[in-house]
Amino acid sequence: MESHDINKTADTATGTGACEYAIELRHITKRFGDVVANDNIDLALKKGEILSLLGENGSGKTTLMNMLGGIYFPDEGEIFVDGKPVSIKSPKDSFHYGIGMIHQHFKLVDVFTAAENIVLGLEGDKGKLDRASIRKAVKEIAERYGFEIDPDQKVYNMSVSQKQTVEIVKVLYRGADVLILDEPTAVLTPQETDKLFAVMRNMKRDGKAIIIITHKLHEVLAVSDRVAVLRKGQYIGSVDTVNATQQSLTDMMVGKSVTLNIDRPKNPSLTDRLVVENLTVKDKDGVKKLDNVSFTAMGGEILGIAGIAGSGQKELLEAIAGIQRSEEGAAITYLSPEGERVSLNGMDPLDIIHNGILLSFVPEDRFGMGLVGGMCITDNIKLRTYRKGPGPFADRAYSSNLAESIVSELEVVTPDVNRTPIRRLSGGNVQKVLVGREIASNPTVLMTAYAVRGLDINTSYTIYNLLTEQKMKGVAVIYVGEDLDVLLELCDRILVLCGGQVSGIVDAASTTKEEIGLMMTQFRREDAVHE
Amino acid sequence: MNKEPLIRISKRDGISFFRSAAIRAIAILLSLIVSAFVIYAIVKLNPLHVYGSMWDGAFGTEKRVWYLLRDMMILTCIAIGLAPAFKMRFWNIGAEGQMLVGGIATAFFMRNYADSMPLWLLFVCMIAGALLCGAIWGLIPGFFKAKWNTNETLFTLMMNYIAIQFTSFCVAKWENPFGSNTVGTLNPATKKGWIGNLLSDGYNNDFLCLVLIVLVLAALMWAYLRYSKQGYEIAVVGDSENTAKYAGIRVNRVYIRTMAISGAICGFAGFLAVSAVSHTISTSTAGGRGFTAIIVAWLAKMNPFVMILISALLTFLDKGAIQIATDYGLNEYASKIITGIVLFFILGSEFFINYRMKFRHHKKEEV
Repeated sequence: MESHDINKTADTATGTGACEYAIELRHITKRFGDVVANDNIDLALKKGEILSLLGENGSGKTTLMNMLGGIYFPDEGEIFVDGKPVSIKSPKDSFHYGIGMIHQHFKLVDVFTAAENIVLGLEGDKGKLDRASIRKAVKEIAERYGFEIDPDQKVYNMSVSQKQTVEIVKVLYRGADVLILDEPTAVLTPQETDKLFAVMRNMKRDGKAIIIITHKLHEVLAVSDRVAVLRKGQYIGSVDTVNATQQSLTDMMVGKSVTLNIDRPKNPSLTDRLVVENLTVKDKDGVKKLDNVSFTAMGGEILGIAGIAGSGQKELLEAIAGIQRSEEGAAITYLSPEGERVSLNGMDPLDIIHNGILLSFVPEDRFGMGLVGGMCITDNIKLRTYRKGPGPFADRAYSSNLAESIVSELEVVTPDVNRTPIRRLSGGNVQKVLVGREIASNPTVLMTAYAVRGLDINTSYTIYNLLTEQKMKGVAVIYVGEDLDVLLELCDRILVLCGGQVSGIVDAASTTKEEIGLMMTQFRREDAVHE
Repeated sequence: MNKEPLIRISKRDGISFFRSAAIRAIAILLSLIVSAFVIYAIVKLNPLHVYGSMWDGAFGTEKRVWYLLRDMMILTCIAIGLAPAFKMRFWNIGAEGQMLVGGIATAFFMRNYADSMPLWLLFVCMIAGALLCGAIWGLIPGFFKAKWNTNETLFTLMMNYIAIQFTSFCVAKWENPFGSNTVGTLNPATKKGWIGNLLSDGYNNDFLCLVLIVLVLAALMWAYLRYSKQGYEIAVVGDSENTAKYAGIRVNRVYIRTMAISGAICGFAGFLAVSAVSHTISTSTAGGRGFTAIIVAWLAKMNPFVMILISALLTFLDKGAIQIATDYGLNEYASKIITGIVLFFILGSEFFINYRMKFRHHKKEEV
């Protein structure tokens, strides 16, 4: 039935040339309750190759890799390292077999230096910490593969990409021959991504085998030798990258053809909706997270916000929503469709609600802010609707009906709308509920932060379409994103943040990825002055 | 070859009511078996006789049944008071003090205004006083938490000691007869302010009122937490303060409001303890039940109806322990070992309800 069995022979090798493969997974099955996360998967990783593991969300990539990392143990099947059958019961075993996993969320001790983190947990020499030799070894690794790392820098002083470097050096220091990188580029700028890829190629030349999990197809094509595709827990097949295109990979992943183009209709009637002037936000240590930001969001357009992670995106949206306090001198003005001017200065979220301003917000931290993980879908919908109606009791039927309609409209998969805690749902379904709820309140301003982070292509497009639909209805949509390709295709204008300052607002149709990448990394004052 | 770990533990996705009930039943059965061995090993008594004696202590006579109901309902009432605070993840361990100040307010009106006020007004004052004093006692740590983010565990705990000292002061001031260092039974002749006296004469009318009131209270709290807007806000604040702020819930206001409610109900428990049970006030009016109620609330997962069952079990064990102590001339602490073992197994069973254990299975084809 499947037409993607190209190179199938390579993956089901019988183990005769044992040394050809760094890792072989045979007939791996892993179940979580009734859910089969991995169904009889055969996968082989050759020595000295970069293999991309591709699949939609919930297709079982991370589960599979976690079995190599010693976090889960397979229910069925066998793992071979270097042709020998092994049993990986813990992360320690995993290290022992030369497998190094770099997780999406870094596991570093903030107050330690790079070198201290690298040797953390290793058995030393009778309790002595020989800093000089560690430093030397770290330097050697860095030179060999082209890392830039300062062994004495404290982690809390590091950028995200530097932290990632420490994580990679850490596993190399421990002698890993197989590296597994779980979405390593999600937090990097294009320039940093290029650097990472260069390092990966150096490691490959040195005979290391690498598995990279990523959602970005152009990166898959750029860096890997071979692509293995999972879909719904099943192994679909693998192709050599030279024979693959974005379209062919997407087809394998989703099982049917989806167009990669995002529709960008123009809304002819643009009106000013939200005017932000001189917005400055400081964190609790008094550090400026946003510095004198001014812009106007218009009803009928999607305003993209680009920037390296942590450039002030979170603070910007939270200041508008009334969650963050802004410094003196800032002015946030809301212009209602009826032409009323309302100043949002000093309002908290309840004030905003009471003033009848329909401001919706999809925050970055889904469970930490947007949703209550332990509650079911209906109770999460209630977060916006429970105030409805007079009297001390909440109208549960209303919320329940709304939940049902969101679930059926957005095809949310859940065992029970009124029972299953939302934390148990997959990332895509969680996000559909969150976005669905925010749109359901008929907003005039819709702010989204990383609305498609970690989502598969299908769900991402569902979200893009929803946002565009809102824009055509005259809503002012603010879209904080990380994938520049998407920002360029989805948004009408893009505001670029760099270190809390606006380094420019550009027309999405006439700019390039490189230009935005550059603006993300260096502040250009002249651009900020004239848009 | 591939050697699995011997035991793997994974979280359950959910468990049927029947299964969880079965696990709990097995836990109680096991605890009785283990207790039997312990009883025999330590005091060389026939465990069955000991259990019989415990049963007798709790249900032996009609009066004992009423006493069991009485103690169990007071305990439930305090646990109901703790429920909203705990649901908000606000560790109110100050129920002891909140109950005492409620009791003081009740005793104050009973002692001073029993003859000068009409009966209905007396009861309104007693109840309002108890609610208000309890609310203030809960509100103070709630306010400090909201305003300065103080640690509520220490704060509520220390408020207990203030309440105990304050009770000592009142006892000394109100002591009757002079020199006894007790307040003595209030209004023994007129029985004014005795809640059962509203019905008719009889020792168990107080207890009947108590049972009915607490049952109504349980239903109200259940509905409040489950269906009210405020109950929903409490749950959201308990899960994530940031989410609450995001949704426009004023977190500080919820802290203060909920702690006032929590304290008020604990204060009401103090009213019940004075008006329906002891008809006096002393530092042992709360008697540690403010702490026992914490276990009750937690084991019941904040469900007021389940609290009644848990309170029943704990009170039963308590009464049984006292009975074996007298029947066999044992130190009461020896019999409390049984209570300890039973609690241990019940708490332990929660683990098996939440987690699944999987043992290494032997593959036949490899043999």
